[in-house]
Amino acid sequence: MTLTQQLITIALVVLGTVLTRFLPFLLFPSEKPTPPVVQYLGRVLPGAVFSLLVVYCLRNVSLTSSSHGIPEAVAIAVVAALQLWKRQTWLSIVAGTVVYMALVQLVFPA
Amino acid sequence: MTTSHIKRQALTAAFPRTIPILTGFLFLGFTYGIYMRAAGFSFWYPMVMSLTIFAGSMEFLTVNLLLAPFQPLQVLLLTLMVNARHLFYGLAMLERYRGTGLKKIYLIFGLCDESFSINCTVQPPEGVDRGWFYFFVTLLDHSYWCLGATLGGLCGAMLPLNTQGLDFVLTAMFVVIWLEQWRKDSQHQSALLGGALSLFCLVFFGADGFMLPAMVLILLGLVALRSVVDKEVTAP
Repeated sequence: MTLTQQLITIALVVLGTVLTRFLPFLLFPSEKPTPPVVQYLGRVLPGAVFSLLVVYCLRNVSLTSSSHGIPEAVAIAVVAALQLWKRQTWLSIVAGTVVYMALVQLVFPA
Repeated sequence: MTTSHIKRQALTAAFPRTIPILTGFLFLGFTYGIYMRAAGFSFWYPMVMSLTIFAGSMEFLTVNLLLAPFQPLQVLLLTLMVNARHLFYGLAMLERYRGTGLKKIYLIFGLCDESFSINCTVQPPEGVDRGWFYFFVTLLDHSYWCLGATLGGLCGAMLPLNTQGLDFVLTAMFVVIWLEQWRKDSQHQSALLGGALSLFCLVFFGADGFMLPAMVLILLGLVALRSVVDKEVTAP
């Protein structure tokens, strides 16, 4: 990617983010009710999108490679268990990442 | 009361509310800076991106987007979908942010998950200017995040650290968000549908091209199955 393409990519992320934040204030300056389909998507879209993003993060994991996706599975189990137990977002993220780094660097070196 | 007095009073009221976010943002921001650095970007990238995008999960994702081939349409659509939740933050804040003058533009720009959670739930103390209170909560959050990201970008190169596997931080973050979303949702069809359609597209289109078709199918699928999914939502 060239620098210009990088800047366009970042600008589009800014634009998309700003749009989602300003749109309600532009569309509903007064107390107009939100269209039901918009309310519905607001309720159900996050669940679907976060599933998509977890799949996206794991898109390059190969079950037939030398590590068979074991480091990913173990680290995700650590993240999920810690999160359900302690509910400390940053702790779950850091612990899972450290476990993953240790696994790919020490147990399953490429 | 002078303006500077009003501002100081609002800042004093706002700061203690942001302390939990101070630790979280400095830490996650720092990790984000190191992550960008490990991906080969100078500290300018995390600094500018944390300042202009100011949406944590999207910034982590943008690192991957910058490393992939240039796909502007996919970038915009992905941003809109990942940040769609902000639409509802906005709807919730319509009333609270009314009458805050020009500050409102910055308040809306900085409406990230954390600023929202404070400004939506905390009532400014008696006698403290509402607009300036919201303003300082947002500004402090923004500063913590940007400071953490910049420091991470600067220190990332100096730390004698083998960063292989550090990219898992993105996976870990979305697993946590996914879990919290699952606990919050009264129905799980949308999460299951999203997962199933994503896996289908991954198998069918491959790792490099599955995002756009998956996003389109998820949107269409949710709208088409509205009567099925929504029945669950409204059920007691």
